[in-house]
Amino acid sequence: MGKNGGVFRATDGLQDQFGEMRVVDTPLSESGIIGTSVGLAVNGFKPVAEIQFLGFIYPAYDQIMTHVSRIRQLSMGHYTVPMVIRAPYGAGVRAPEIHSDSVEAIFMHMPGIKVVCPSTPYDAKGLLIAAVEDPDPVLMLEPMKLYRAGRQEVPMGKYTVEIGKGRKVKEGSDLTLIAWGAMVPVVEGATAMAEDEGISCDIVDLRTLSPVDREMISRSVQKTGRAVIVHEAHAIGGPADHILSVINETSFLYLRAPVEKVAGFDVPVPFFALENHFLPTPDRVLDSILRTVQF
Amino acid sequence: MMEKQFPLKKLIDHDGNLTDKSYKSKIDESFSKKLYYHMYRIRMFDRKAIRLQRQGRIGTYPPFEGQEASQAGSALALKEDDWMFPTYRDHGAKLVFGADMTDTLLYWNGRIEGCVPPEGRKIFPPAVPIATQLPHAAGAAWAEKLKGTNNAVIVYFGDGATSEGDFHEGINFSSVFKAPVVFFNQNNGYAISVPVARQMNSETIAQKAVAYGIPGIRVDGNDCFAVYFETKKALEYARKGNGPVLIEAVTWRKGAHTTADDPTRYRSDNEGKKFTDPLVRLERFMKKSGFWDEQWLFGIEETVEEEINTSVEEMEHYPKPDVNDLFDHVFARMPDDLMEQKKSYLRYLGGKNDGITHR
Ligand SMILES: Cc1ncc(C[n+]2csc(CCOP(=O)(O)OP(=O)(O)O)c2C)c(N)n1
Repeated sequence: MGKNGGVFRATDGLQDQFGEMRVVDTPLSESGIIGTSVGLAVNGFKPVAEIQFLGFIYPAYDQIMTHVSRIRQLSMGHYTVPMVIRAPYGAGVRAPEIHSDSVEAIFMHMPGIKVVCPSTPYDAKGLLIAAVEDPDPVLMLEPMKLYRAGRQEVPMGKYTVEIGKGRKVKEGSDLTLIAWGAMVPVVEGATAMAEDEGISCDIVDLRTLSPVDREMISRSVQKTGRAVIVHEAHAIGGPADHILSVINETSFLYLRAPVEKVAGFDVPVPFFALENHFLPTPDRVLDSILRTVQF
Repeated sequence: MMEKQFPLKKLIDHDGNLTDKSYKSKIDESFSKKLYYHMYRIRMFDRKAIRLQRQGRIGTYPPFEGQEASQAGSALALKEDDWMFPTYRDHGAKLVFGADMTDTLLYWNGRIEGCVPPEGRKIFPPAVPIATQLPHAAGAAWAEKLKGTNNAVIVYFGDGATSEGDFHEGINFSSVFKAPVVFFNQNNGYAISVPVARQMNSETIAQKAVAYGIPGIRVDGNDCFAVYFETKKALEYARKGNGPVLIEAVTWRKGAHTTADDPTRYRSDNEGKKFTDPLVRLERFMKKSGFWDEQWLFGIEETVEEEINTSVEEMEHYPKPDVNDLFDHVFARMPDDLMEQKKSYLRYLGGKNDGITHR
């Protein structure tokens, strides 16, 4: 990621600007990268570790689960690991095996680590800065499919996007759509089709998956009385299950239809010849929208 | 100092001279032609695959040009019943060992069918995560030992892979259990953009064997004969119950890491200059030995071209991907949850099995 600027060029030019001391190519070891980041973080540094693809974070699972997530708690706040882990993730770019995994739920399940996921350039910058400034570890998931998907002017200067706050993409009255990352354009596509059928959708881009924005979710669902949650992560034990429980706790009596989820199937993310069957599509989301509204 | 302790073994020099005369009788015309044929065949395959990727006919592809001697030499040293655990860059070795060319293309075209080895060949699906295949190889070799067979295992990995924990764990296990496995490292200079000197503080990879109490061999990875004979020896040593061997084949990745990579960003053309192309080297040797024959060359050029064209055609006319394959191979018996997902998705598709596109 230093000399080459990362496989997606996300760190292009950084080493030239900040030098090899601060922008470091490491040996090929995810456990080593995260483990040494812990040591650096407890000793006064602010590591921003890149994992080349989220599907290659697994060797570091041990370090993240057993140490990153609990050092603050373990030492009653004496030691902390204010580090950032960045990882491209998600399917839809015809990548080889493993490169397309979407396992944000594993990290939502972990205590002690926040998970953010931008869907726009503005949020990418704002969330990254917020993650760097956060006193606790933050995993930032970067939707691979969106790296080259669009352009947006972002402010030159420093700004942050608050961690834990969603973004209301669109106001609507009949149904709430909840998504993040590369699924945001997918629900937008579904919304355009739903609108042709006279259905007005409220779209929530969650932006932070841990902790989720309970207030934005419950306000929206209480307004519309219906919800469809969309993610490419596997369905069982997936992020939607937690969001569903938030809706259940806060908005049960407002619901006019069962909440639906459109998710990746509970199969390993397929090779790319079948990936478009695995990924939620606007059509599949529309299907759920219609069922929910017509319930 | 370690370079002295682990000298680079070679049998032919850059100009194609045989440097160890004791091998003269073993390296005859037909053996030389056999090696040339395999290296030529996999090189032509590799170049074709790059073109197919450029034309959008297959997906991202990791080329191995420059590493043909390492891959063909080592794969030819195997016996039919041995195991092979390749990475994403070792389809050359796989093809030499008997993998199907059409299947290999299917794999790079995003088709899971490409992972299934031909009948009678023990070839594991390529490891895409780095180094995870080393413990698998140790386990498969351990099993062969428990079963009392004479079979051995070869596992391929790159220089970058030596940094992962699985490298250590795989070698350590197999050394403790004296499992018959040859750890075949292709030190091709770079792990994507990271040069070996930034990957490790060790002068050689072979020296890492010392830590596990196993033999470590350093071989010229562009010398197909040296690779073949050293791998053969290592396999025999392992078969006899002596435990694993680590081989470092010093070679050079001539092309990009994958078709999505641009090596000019991190290395200069000069860097690879000290390596003589493995095919050129063998050609020089064959010419000097009087083994080279244009008629024979035309023959293999034709055969190989035809085989590649047929495979491309088969790949492109292969039955469309079947959505049932998404669900059907996850468990021996499909759990209810998954059955429900499959049924409702098939209902949603309403009979359209393929051609799903994003709007
Ligand atoms: C666990 C893991 N981390 C990162 C990657 C991304 N990646 C793919 S190939 C590669 C470099 C591997 O280098 P090396 O082991 O030297 O083998 P080579 O590609 O040179 O054959 C990396 C970092 C991966 N596939 N798996």
